[in-house]
Amino acid sequence: MSDTDLGPAAVENAAKRTRRLVEKSLKRRYRAERRFRAYGMLAVALGLVFVGFLFSSIISTGWTIFQQSYVQLDIRYDAEVVDPAGERDEQAISTADYSALIKAALRERFPDVEGRSERRSLYGLASDAGQFELRERVMADPDLIGSTQTLWLLADDRVDLLMKGKIDRDLPEDQRGLSDQELGWIDSLLANGRLDLRFNRAFFTNGDSREPEQAGVWGAVVGSFFTLLVTLLLSFPIGVAAAVYLEEFAPRNRVTDFIEVNINNLAAVPSIVFGLLGLAVFIQLFGLPRSAPVVGGLVLTLMTLPTIIIASRAALKGVPPSIREAALGMGASQVQTVAHHVLPLAMPGMLTGAIIGMARALGESAPLLMIGMVAFIVDIPGGLTDPSTVLPVQVYLWADSPERAFLERTSGAILVLLGFLLIMNATAVILRQKFERRW
Amino acid sequence: MVFVSSAEASIKTAPASRASGSAPPERTAAGQRTVGDITVKNPVIVCRDVNVYYGDKHAIRNVSLDIAHNEVIAMIGPSGCGKSTFLRCLNRLNDTIPTALVSGAISLEGQDIYDKRQDVVQLRARVGMVFQKPNPFPKSVYENVAYGPRIHGLAADRTELDEIVQTSLQRAGLWEEVKDRLEQPGTALSGGQQQRLCIARTIAVNPEVILMDEPCSALDPIATARIEDLIDELKQNYAICIVTHSMQQAARVSQRTAYFHLGDLIEVGSTDQIFTNPRHKLTEDYITGRFG
Amino acid sequence: MQTSTLVLLLLILSAAAYRAGRFRSLSLVGGLRGARNLHSLPGYYGLLTALWCAIPSLLILALWHAVDGRIVTQMVVAGMSSETQALPPGQLSLVLNDVRNLVAGAIPPEMASLEVQAAAERYIRLDSLSRLAAAVVCLSIALGVGGAVWLRISPNLRARNRVETIVRGALIACSTIAIFTTVGIVVSVLFEAIRFFQLVPVTEFLFGLQWSPQLAIRADQVGSSGAFGAVPLFTGTLLIAGIAMLVAVPVGLFSAIYLAEYAARRVRAVIKPVLEVLAGIPTVVYGFFAALVVGPMLRQSGEGIGLDVSSESALAAGLVMGIMIIPFVSSLADDMITAVPRSLRDGSYGLGATQSETIRRVVFPAALPGIVGGVLLAISRAIGETMIVVMAAGLGANLTANPLEAVTTVTTQIVTLLVGDQEFDSPKTLAAFALGLVLFLATLSLNIIALHVVRKYREQYE
Repeated sequence: MSDTDLGPAAVENAAKRTRRLVEKSLKRRYRAERRFRAYGMLAVALGLVFVGFLFSSIISTGWTIFQQSYVQLDIRYDAEVVDPAGERDEQAISTADYSALIKAALRERFPDVEGRSERRSLYGLASDAGQFELRERVMADPDLIGSTQTLWLLADDRVDLLMKGKIDRDLPEDQRGLSDQELGWIDSLLANGRLDLRFNRAFFTNGDSREPEQAGVWGAVVGSFFTLLVTLLLSFPIGVAAAVYLEEFAPRNRVTDFIEVNINNLAAVPSIVFGLLGLAVFIQLFGLPRSAPVVGGLVLTLMTLPTIIIASRAALKGVPPSIREAALGMGASQVQTVAHHVLPLAMPGMLTGAIIGMARALGESAPLLMIGMVAFIVDIPGGLTDPSTVLPVQVYLWADSPERAFLERTSGAILVLLGFLLIMNATAVILRQKFERRW
Repeated sequence: MVFVSSAEASIKTAPASRASGSAPPERTAAGQRTVGDITVKNPVIVCRDVNVYYGDKHAIRNVSLDIAHNEVIAMIGPSGCGKSTFLRCLNRLNDTIPTALVSGAISLEGQDIYDKRQDVVQLRARVGMVFQKPNPFPKSVYENVAYGPRIHGLAADRTELDEIVQTSLQRAGLWEEVKDRLEQPGTALSGGQQQRLCIARTIAVNPEVILMDEPCSALDPIATARIEDLIDELKQNYAICIVTHSMQQAARVSQRTAYFHLGDLIEVGSTDQIFTNPRHKLTEDYITGRFG
Repeated sequence: MQTSTLVLLLLILSAAAYRAGRFRSLSLVGGLRGARNLHSLPGYYGLLTALWCAIPSLLILALWHAVDGRIVTQMVVAGMSSETQALPPGQLSLVLNDVRNLVAGAIPPEMASLEVQAAAERYIRLDSLSRLAAAVVCLSIALGVGGAVWLRISPNLRARNRVETIVRGALIACSTIAIFTTVGIVVSVLFEAIRFFQLVPVTEFLFGLQWSPQLAIRADQVGSSGAFGAVPLFTGTLLIAGIAMLVAVPVGLFSAIYLAEYAARRVRAVIKPVLEVLAGIPTVVYGFFAALVVGPMLRQSGEGIGLDVSSESALAAGLVMGIMIIPFVSSLADDMITAVPRSLRDGSYGLGATQSETIRRVVFPAALPGIVGGVLLAISRAIGETMIVVMAAGLGANLTANPLEAVTTVTTQIVTLLVGDQEFDSPKTLAAFALGLVLFLATLSLNIIALHVVRKYREQYE
């Protein structure tokens, strides 16, 4: 090694040279450092901008959903119309033409409107939904017949758009969607305090509808509930059982390795493929009904199982071996050890995993399209086999609708969906914080 | 034993990360008074009243010590005594730990290294470091050695870089073993070779001081012997500061030895003196194997 | 008897079996005081009896349900006139649908033909017969098996071990569901895909440049040749996924680097969850965002600079998909970066490297295998993503690399082909399964490679 010995003088020179060169390079390098850092900040800022933009565009189009335009009308329950026979026969009352009452009330308000087409556009200011409400009122209390009530009834979606400032008054008549005449009526109603934005009960209690002002999310919420119920009841026990077996009992061999590979892969398989499986197996092979929450639940179970298994295994891994050794040392069998000691300790972690899995399932729509949960369904589903849709699919359906008023509905449904997700995730976070143990 | 524990808090809350001025040697504000002569004739590094805190933990207390040109100084002591922490102060590697706080004065060739104007990149180029576990980068042998020269712009062209890589590997005694596999990953070498690769990587930047943090603790005896020979060679050109767990190693390679105990520098002296005639009770206990 | 009633009955029976088993074990040894002479705790004897009572009968019930509809239908068909039986399968299923609707009361009886009415009556009769038979069979199995176990109870019976064997068996069954799911996917998709390839050659499907799956309803219809060349779909998918990766990889990677290496802990604690919110948003929301916000916006800004941007441009879908994947890339990259051991960073800093030099030249190359694995997983997600493209990408199969034009993707076509009422064995529906097969195989291989790479990487630094 002596041939490479440079001697103290040479080394000192080399050191001096290094010092000089490093000095020289510093400016350039710190510039690169700042640039690199700026890229990082830019990326983070972009991410935050995306989040902000996404939320602001949804909220700005959707926050008005809590209110809806209602028109106040003096409804006279004309016996001639409601119960011409005067026998208070339920059949007759329920089939009466209640829209005539609304039309009459509107004519009364604007007595100088003449001509069929003008009248028709006048009638168009109120929503179809009004007649159903009137029927319900009369059916509930037949004594109303003959009396007069002042009621707030749903207005048409175009009136609503105007009220919410989504139709520009200054547009030329033919692009506006509302004629000058209709605008005049609306202004007159407004001036008399007969047109107002009130809490939008219909949106939170109705099922789907072709008429934007009548369409609500409740049917989809109930459908989502039934679907998730099936998913939870199946995927949680099965997922926990699978995790317990793989973590506590399974020998390390090829079969368990294969199961592991399968689970990890399934977690990354596109959700639409699960839909294909559901269509081919549950609907074609087993003959289960299309559009039913039970099939949706089955498909989502297969989809969320990997998530739940992986989370449950992590929770089981978190239980220290000393607990198992203590129980086994007391003479408990392996099953008893797991059932009495390990499972209760791992339960909070498993529940957290299950909630997160359910949140994912709640937001999932692609596989449900495959099994027919995209049908247009007005009725609120009453059971696991009733045709129904789910919240995210409802969003999809409305997003596809051409009427402008559905844009607000879509954003509103998204807000409802995000609200549920927020609650679920917050529960998971609280659960985790409350029960998190450090061993 | 003299314990004076008054000024700790005021140092910790000092506005700059270090206390201004330096107390006279052997009269520290807190902790143990160091036995032996901490000064040398031709110091390259001078430390005065160095304190290190990790969060609430006071890891180093008022350590003052000089390191001379062309000497090997060994730092010994039971684990957790602060030897490595002290070492990491000398090239400001503690800066990378967010909770670490260093106070006191450390100068390299008369220049305060914790001064605002002192550039940390420049400092680390001058004070190289070899770590406990060999940590070659996941790159080829060649790229490992060329890393420093490349980032610092020490080579004008490829031939010059080749030359630097070759001399560095030669001086680290690794050239003969790796000259045919310069393109293989550095991680594929044996542990001893990896550590010599790390030494070669360090000397490729031509530092003035080399810090070694238990460089042989992960190696077998034969690899250790090779590294120790190498340290002996290198001391002709560099000041080497080595932290070691092994008293025998300290005795074999170093000229001076410093004994640390629970964050205090207990005793400094020539290696012969420390091992044959320790003056402090704690040093004696450690040397004779009462604890450690 | 309703199935739910039957299940409830079986459960009540099992509860009774539990009590009976427990009681018998105790009475054999003379009450609670003699319980120490039993091999297991009395509850285990009860549990064993109950399990044997419930499990076989419920399994049989499930099996019965899986097949009875089919058998009843066949018997109904067999009872119909020979002309009806000779109908092609499609029309026969329409007739059967009428029968079912009639049975369910969905259509008034007056609207159905006499034959259908008769068939419906037969159906109802057979169905109730089948239910009754199921009830009899299940209940007798429950009683028989449960009773046999009950009779065998003796103090020496290792009831706990037997119960545990059953529990263990159930656990194993649950953990194999993952395998069955995979097998189910492969078989169902493959089966239909093979049927499709009998109608359309594989080579035409994989290499054909024309995609227009609309089959002619009438022979004289124009422009409905029914071409099944999937190349435009593949290129469309890759185009959109590529745009998504161009957005997600740099933004995700750099934000991971910034948050892991530069940001103060408090900043990180705030920003990281905010970015991860993006991962929790349902894809349909991104679809809405792409179709109704970003798409029109791009179109308008395109008009502003004189570019013709389609309102269903690949750019809009890809951009939004990229946003969706950002948190996925960044959290994976974050994992990988923090897995790089400190000693490597120290080694670099010790030589005087700046932070960015350390990151670019040491940390990033060291984390590269893991990051590549993560990016592969992200690609797999991008090509399998459905809702964004269904809502924001086009339907027309365009063979183009221009991101401003509308393209269609594999997943979009699967949805379009399968949503709505179709005959199940038309080439159109079968094509969806062939596309599904391609999608499954592509994502499967990406996943396997990626998971392997990531695992190897983790092992390296463990």
